[in-house]
Amino acid sequence: MSEIVDILISASFWAAVIRIASPLILATMGELICERAGVLNLGIEGIMVIGAFTGWMAVYQGMPLWGGVAVAMAAGMLFGLLHSTLTVPFGLSQHVVGLGVTLLATASASFAYRLMLPEVTSPPKIQPFQPLSIPGLSDLPWIGTALSQTALTWAAFAVAGLVAFTLYRTPLGLAVRAVGENPAAVEAQGLSATGLRMGAVIVGSGLMAVGGAFLTLSAFSSFFFEMVNGRGWICIALVVFGAWKPGKAVLGAILFAAFDALQIRLQQTSLGAVLPYQLFLALPFILSILALILMSRRAEVPAALMVPYNKGER
Amino acid sequence: MTTGPAEAEVVLRLDRITKRFGALTANDAVSLTLRRGEVVALLGENGAGKTTLMNILFGHYVADEGTVEVFGQPLPPGTPRAALAAGVGMVHQHFTLAGNLTVLENITLGTESLWSRSHGGARAKVERLSRDFGLAVHPDAKVGRLSVGERQRVEILKALYRDARILILDEPTAVLTPQESDALFATLRKATALGLSVIFISHKLHEVMAIADRCVVLRHGRVVGEVDTHATDKAALAALMVGGELSLPRAEARAPGPVLMRLEGVSTPDRGAAPGLKAVTLELRAGQITGLAGVSGNGQAALAEIVGGLAVPAAGQLSLHGQEPKVWSPGEALARGVARIPEDRHHQGSIADFDLTENAVLEAYRSRFSRRAWMDWRAARAFAEGIIKDYDVRCPGPSTRIRLLSGGNMQKLILGRAMAPGPDIILANQPVRGLDVGAIAYVQGQLIAARDRGAAVLLISEDLDEIMALSDVIHVMSQGRLSPGFARGTMTAADLGLWMAGQKFGDTDAA
Repeated sequence: MSEIVDILISASFWAAVIRIASPLILATMGELICERAGVLNLGIEGIMVIGAFTGWMAVYQGMPLWGGVAVAMAAGMLFGLLHSTLTVPFGLSQHVVGLGVTLLATASASFAYRLMLPEVTSPPKIQPFQPLSIPGLSDLPWIGTALSQTALTWAAFAVAGLVAFTLYRTPLGLAVRAVGENPAAVEAQGLSATGLRMGAVIVGSGLMAVGGAFLTLSAFSSFFFEMVNGRGWICIALVVFGAWKPGKAVLGAILFAAFDALQIRLQQTSLGAVLPYQLFLALPFILSILALILMSRRAEVPAALMVPYNKGER
Repeated sequence: MTTGPAEAEVVLRLDRITKRFGALTANDAVSLTLRRGEVVALLGENGAGKTTLMNILFGHYVADEGTVEVFGQPLPPGTPRAALAAGVGMVHQHFTLAGNLTVLENITLGTESLWSRSHGGARAKVERLSRDFGLAVHPDAKVGRLSVGERQRVEILKALYRDARILILDEPTAVLTPQESDALFATLRKATALGLSVIFISHKLHEVMAIADRCVVLRHGRVVGEVDTHATDKAALAALMVGGELSLPRAEARAPGPVLMRLEGVSTPDRGAAPGLKAVTLELRAGQITGLAGVSGNGQAALAEIVGGLAVPAAGQLSLHGQEPKVWSPGEALARGVARIPEDRHHQGSIADFDLTENAVLEAYRSRFSRRAWMDWRAARAFAEGIIKDYDVRCPGPSTRIRLLSGGNMQKLILGRAMAPGPDIILANQPVRGLDVGAIAYVQGQLIAARDRGAAVLLISEDLDEIMALSDVIHVMSQGRLSPGFARGTMTAADLGLWMAGQKFGDTDAA
């Protein structure tokens, strides 16, 4: 037990937690915006892959790191445009379209990769974001290590704050929350339900792609096909876990990241010698499912989630 | 007012509006003028084109022909935003409110630029309006937790907040108690005194007579009459509305038979905002229609579930013919002669993509229409054809999908299915909601016929006129409590309204 306590009080553990949580926070905010507007975006997994690939490729081709982030965001928004065109004005099944977007985006990434790097056996590396040194903060003993994070991590938390502020403190956020609850209410007040929903899906998809780009531009320095590895699906669960509220969703992302960081370290303790490592890999998912069951009991689901709105229909 | 509205300024002019949906002409060259400070009622049966006309005015639909002028300016078609800007406010029949937002948020939604920040001054304006117009509602309450009457007040406040000069109310009293309706009328009188103009859509004649200055009657999409309400009476309006004399059936009093079903102190748990039953005691007698009045959401659904076998009492007893059934389930209820006409014919009463034959045998496919493990489709089809013929279901044939039928014809099929086995007890939950006058008369006539052959009928309805016309005994539900039974003709609508509002229940505890 003392081994676990040692892990939990170490600054490097918390630094890892924040690092692992960052891409989850970005993509979860993206999914949360979509769902608050009434659209379930199952394209998230593929959009994260596209973000990881395009951001990395842009930097590899000579763009600055923030240029890579912008390219990833634009690519994500493009898939968001595809998703929302099919699900909002055409009112197609959000499940089918979402899974289709995931398949298309994933396949497009590997196709483009093979096309652009035909000869390469191991993917080339780029110079990723480096931890920021913040005067005053970085010199503090424990906190300095834990908060030794890249600019993109700070950006992820800033985005979460911005999303919360927009949703709850601006007329735009009010309209987004309303369109996910009752699109007819939005239309009756002279706003366009279609425009709001499409906008939310496009912006949300952009954030998902930046979440994916975090993996290649900040966490690792290269692109692998399997690197997103189900994080998109985790983010969908995190939105439910957070009861469609940004603050709670961030807490959920940190909790999941903590389990993930813990299991890697537990494998190196005396427990790791006894138990099979697969058990540790499964730990964050098992604990997340338990937390999900407890947390989502009393959640207020957006009433019009997954309900297409057809103007003029009774 | 000293000057009558007849000379006042024209605020709205609809000129020869025509709207077609495929082969159906919903509005056929409809013209209408509205003056300042005037209440004009738009009267007509379901499907007469009232709501379509107002949706064109408000920009939800685009008219195929014709023009709309507001304060002398032509209104661009198809944009609710333009209608709102021109001073037209609409209170829809199905409220357009977001339940997850507060009253204030619902009201300010869409009134500020999306890219701006705060809302200052909104609260003060809402509070002033709710005081001036007698629309009491707390600005910070979540709309999802409000009662139906309160939600309607929010809808009206929404329009007033945008400085609407023309208020359209689509069937506003359908969901209100008589007292709430009176409060609404008081608000409308205040509004017209302040120079607003109101279009009041309804098919309830007594309300139209009470509130409107003028009445425009629509039938089959056409204006068939325009009259001053003080120069006409209900009978004349009714004749205009249905295109001739058509009287709704009235049941005459009869001596009741034995008790067929009895609930004794039955209680069920609350379900979210919907109250459960609170120690309800109710007797259903042979040859008697028992009417259950009340605003919906006061426990009627819980009672219907008990009678229909969908739920068992958490406390208390249910007995049939004096015996308590060992098990109580929908199948058991059917087997013991309980027939059900469900509240929601689309979701509970039928399966939209099944054809008429399949829907006709849903309740009996395992008993009457199967041989060992196989369906007997020949018998099923013959059964469906029998219902179609006997109950006058207008349809292409028994293999039509039921979703293609009008509400009235769908209800006739469900009625036929329920009546076919000759049930002892009939649970009719909102059996005529949304039907036109012809279909209403038919369904009500069938319920009376069933009573006359000795069945016990439980009629649940929000429409007091219907309850009072048909019922031999009337009970009122409020907050899950059941009033004593009142014999036919002993209560006025106002008396029942007090029970519906829950004000009389304190008295009976002492008694």
